[in-house]
Amino acid sequence: MNNLGLPFTVFLMEILHFVGGVGLLTREVLKELKGRFYWKLLAEQIFQIGARSLPLIVITAVSTGMVMSLQFGLGLEKFGGKLYVPKLLAVTILREMGPVFTSLMLAARVGAGIASEIGSMVVTQQIDAIRALGTSPIKKIVIPRVMACLIALPILVSIANIVGNTGGLIIGATELNLDPNFYLLKVLTTSSIKDYLSGFGKTFFFALFIAIPSCYFGLTVQNGTKEVGIATTKAVVVSSILILVGDFFLSKLFWIVEKMV
Amino acid sequence: MSDVKRGVIEVVDFYKSFGSKKVHEGVSFYVRKGECLGLIGGSGTGKSVLLRSLVGLEKPDQGQILINGVDIAPMREQELVEIRKKVAYAFQGGALFDSMTVYENLAYPLREHFQYSEKEIAQKIHEQLLEFGLPGSEGLFPGNLSGGMQKRVGLARAMMMHPDVVLYDEPTAGLDPYNTKRIQESILSLKAKGVTSILVTHDMPTVYAVCDKVALLQNRRISEQYTIDKLKQAPEGPMSQFINGESA
Repeated sequence: MNNLGLPFTVFLMEILHFVGGVGLLTREVLKELKGRFYWKLLAEQIFQIGARSLPLIVITAVSTGMVMSLQFGLGLEKFGGKLYVPKLLAVTILREMGPVFTSLMLAARVGAGIASEIGSMVVTQQIDAIRALGTSPIKKIVIPRVMACLIALPILVSIANIVGNTGGLIIGATELNLDPNFYLLKVLTTSSIKDYLSGFGKTFFFALFIAIPSCYFGLTVQNGTKEVGIATTKAVVVSSILILVGDFFLSKLFWIVEKMV
Repeated sequence: MSDVKRGVIEVVDFYKSFGSKKVHEGVSFYVRKGECLGLIGGSGTGKSVLLRSLVGLEKPDQGQILINGVDIAPMREQELVEIRKKVAYAFQGGALFDSMTVYENLAYPLREHFQYSEKEIAQKIHEQLLEFGLPGSEGLFPGNLSGGMQKRVGLARAMMMHPDVVLYDEPTAGLDPYNTKRIQESILSLKAKGVTSILVTHDMPTVYAVCDKVALLQNRRISEQYTIDKLKQAPEGPMSQFINGESA
C-alpha cells in the first residue's frame, strides 16, 4: 500500500503544481495584456500556428470525413438509413469531430513546437536575456502565441468543417451512390447555426488548453536539453487530455445554453 | 542605513538557497563607480547566482542589493525595467536570440526602449560592431558565429543602452588567446568610459588584466578580498591557495 501511496502523492503534487503554475501564468498574461502589444510577433505566430498547420488540418479533416461517411453509410445501409448519412455526418463534424480533431492535431503540432521552442530558449538563456534587456517574456513570447492560437484555431476549425463535409460528400457520391446535390442540400437544410456555434464556441477554450500549458511547460524547463523533450511530451499529453475531457463539459455547457436560448 | 557613496553596487548580508541547498549565507561586498571587481571561486559556489541576482534574475531570500543606492531585492519585474536599462548582463554563451540576425539582436534593446528611427538604429549598430571588432556580421545568424564572436555580439548587445554597470559571466571561458584578448580590450575600453563592472571568471590572467580588486566566494560567503596590487604580493590564505590550485 505504501508503495502505491508515494507515486500517487507525487502525481497529485505534480497536478497541483501544474494547476497553480498555469493559474499564475494566466494571471501574468491577463496583467500584461495592457500596454504595448507586439502586432508583428502576433502576425508571425498566426502564420506559424495557423497557415503552416493548414495542410495537416485539411488532410485530417478530409480523411475523417471520408472514413465517417463510409462507416455511417455501411452501418445505416443495413437498415435502409443511408439517406441520413449527410445529416449525421454534418452534425457530428460541426459539433464534435471538426473542433476536437483539429484541436488535437494542433496540440500535437503547435503545442509540441511551443514547448520545445520556449524550453530551448530557457536552456540557452534567451528568456533570461529578454528579461535582462528590460523586456517581458510574457509579452514577447507567451501572449503572441496564446493570441495566435485564439485566432487561428477557430479559423482552422471552420475550414476543417467544410473540408470534412466535402470528404463525406465525395464518399457519399462515389461509394454510397448518393446524389451530390441531394447530399449538399441535406447538409445545408438539416444542420443549423446552433450546430456550428456549439462546435465553434469550444475552439476558444481548446486554443487556451493548447497554448497556456505548452507555454507553461516550456518556461518551466530547468535542467538542460533532456527536459526540453520531457516538456514537449507533457505539453502534448496535457493539452490533448484537456481537450478531450474539456470537450465533455463544454458540450454539456453548450447543450444547457442551447436549451435556454 | 548603508552608505550609498560607498558603491554603485552594494550587496548587504545576501542569503540565497535552492530548496535545502544553501548557496549564499551573509555575502556582503561593494563596487565603487568605475571599478571592476573580479569574483572568483570554485565551480558551484554560486558566482553566477550572485551575478544574476544583481540584475533581478534571481531573488535573494534575505539581504539587500543596492544599485546606486536603490534596493532592487524587493522589486517586481516591471519595476526592474529601469534598473535593467542601466545594468547590463553579458551572458556566458552570449544568449543571442537565435531566430534573429546579429543586426536584429543589437537593434532589440534600441527598438524596445528608445524612439530612434531605423536610420539612427542602423548607424548605432554599425558603430557598435566596429567598436567590438565585428564589422560585416550584421546579416549573420548566431548559429553562423564562432563562440568568441557570439560572446562579443552578446557584449555589444548589452552595451547598446550605454549602461552604468556591466556584469560579465565568464566572458572568456572557452576562448582562444586571441579572442580572450579582444574581450579583455572591450572590458578595458568600457572601464575607461567609467563603467562599473563585476567579472565572474576562472581566468586569472583576465582578472589581473582588467580588475581593480578580487573577491573569493568560498563556503557560501566572500572569504577574502584584495586589490590587484595586494594580490600580486601573493598574500597567504584561501585566495592564494585557490589561485594555485591547492583548494577548491
